[in-house]
Amino acid sequence: MPHDHDDEHAHSLLPPDPQLQVKALETILSEKGLIDRPALDAIIDVYQNQIGPQIGADIVARAWQDPAFKERLLKDSEAVLGEMELSGRQGEHVVIVENTEDTHNLVVCTLCSCYPWPLLGIPPSWYKSDAYRRRAVHSPRSVLAEFGLELPDSKKIRVWDSTAEIRYLVLPERPVETAGLKGKALRDWVTRDSMIGTGLPKDPKMDAPKMEVPDAETSPAETSPAPETG
Amino acid sequence: MKKPHDMGGLPGGAIIPDFGKEPVFKEGWHGRALALTLAAGALGRWNLDASRNARECLPADDYNRFSYYEKWLAGLANLLVSHQLVSREELKDRRADKNAPDIDANPLSAAKVSAVLKTGGPTRRKVAVAPRFTVGDFVSTKSLQQGVSQPNNHTRLPYYASGKKGRIIACHDAHILPDSHAHFNGEAPEYLYGVQFLAGDLFADAEHPEDEICLDLFESYLEPLKI
Repeated sequence: MPHDHDDEHAHSLLPPDPQLQVKALETILSEKGLIDRPALDAIIDVYQNQIGPQIGADIVARAWQDPAFKERLLKDSEAVLGEMELSGRQGEHVVIVENTEDTHNLVVCTLCSCYPWPLLGIPPSWYKSDAYRRRAVHSPRSVLAEFGLELPDSKKIRVWDSTAEIRYLVLPERPVETAGLKGKALRDWVTRDSMIGTGLPKDPKMDAPKMEVPDAETSPAETSPAPETG
Repeated sequence: MKKPHDMGGLPGGAIIPDFGKEPVFKEGWHGRALALTLAAGALGRWNLDASRNARECLPADDYNRFSYYEKWLAGLANLLVSHQLVSREELKDRRADKNAPDIDANPLSAAKVSAVLKTGGPTRRKVAVAPRFTVGDFVSTKSLQQGVSQPNNHTRLPYYASGKKGRIIACHDAHILPDSHAHFNGEAPEYLYGVQFLAGDLFADAEHPEDEICLDLFESYLEPLKI
């Protein structure tokens, strides 16, 4: 079969509407016996209903309560997570980085959207946006300010750009207000953003800051025309 | 040559936090696009590095115009055609050609999804050589003009961190080298290092020059720093 030099642009043959693109690809692949539709439903079910930030929050809460666990987690997270059967696609090699009095950690993937899927699920739109990918390494402090987090100059920021197959999870500092809390009551303080580094643990009784949240996909606020990228 | 995906350090627009409120898949087709990409990947004709490269090699206009999952779909379509699993005519007709020759493939079944996702694709490999660098070493990263990144060649050294000085803070053993793997030239495993840079060394106008940026970089991206 001839190898068309224009293979790279075969995508332009798809219909413009992405919903129809999905339908076309699904139909073709299914008719050719290359995919099994129930497998697609199963994949969606895993990421929609089974895997999410509650898994990472469990680990953080346990590390807060159990110093021996925390020590092993920071030293050899891959073995610990493997024993807990929490490794998997996009989390085969995980490193846990600890926030301290002196240092705040922030995770990004400037080249695509690498993220610890087995611990946090699928990344939110802003994590995949051009704006975050562009600015997190250059202007982490102003990025954090947009999440309502102002760090003092005395605190160093360490940004982790996930450029290979190591995935990073932030272990936030335990708030003093959580003294005495256990189990779910403690876990509920651990927000997804606190494990990415764009937030801190938060009293679950307090609602998220009031902000207008326009649709990130159609927001004109971007300087670049593409708010979401892979 | 810098491709549009390599955008770290560029000025950008406002970030719109969701504070955990956004649904996992904002549109029904988002989940479907992700599932299709994973299921087609499970056929084993290409690897994750090739998948990333397919998205990076989209024409710049398309890369900049497409939303996240549109890039996934476009990359998938191009891989399906270049690997001769789907023809251009089939893409155009939006259905399979009944006269196309059968393809010997083993599609991912629903029963295997959980196990396949749990296994993932570990990239650590054993190599016979010793690592060139140790923790604490100062290194300089290759500049992209030195040939790490040829046009349309995949690399995981971002432009903003190329030609800069940093310090080794971790050795993560040897891993598959994406620069080779993405082009089906073998796994070519190399030692992977955590390399720490000072913000002031990467950006003349850093917000806080003592802040740090850490990247995971392969041995061939690095040279010992001559002081």
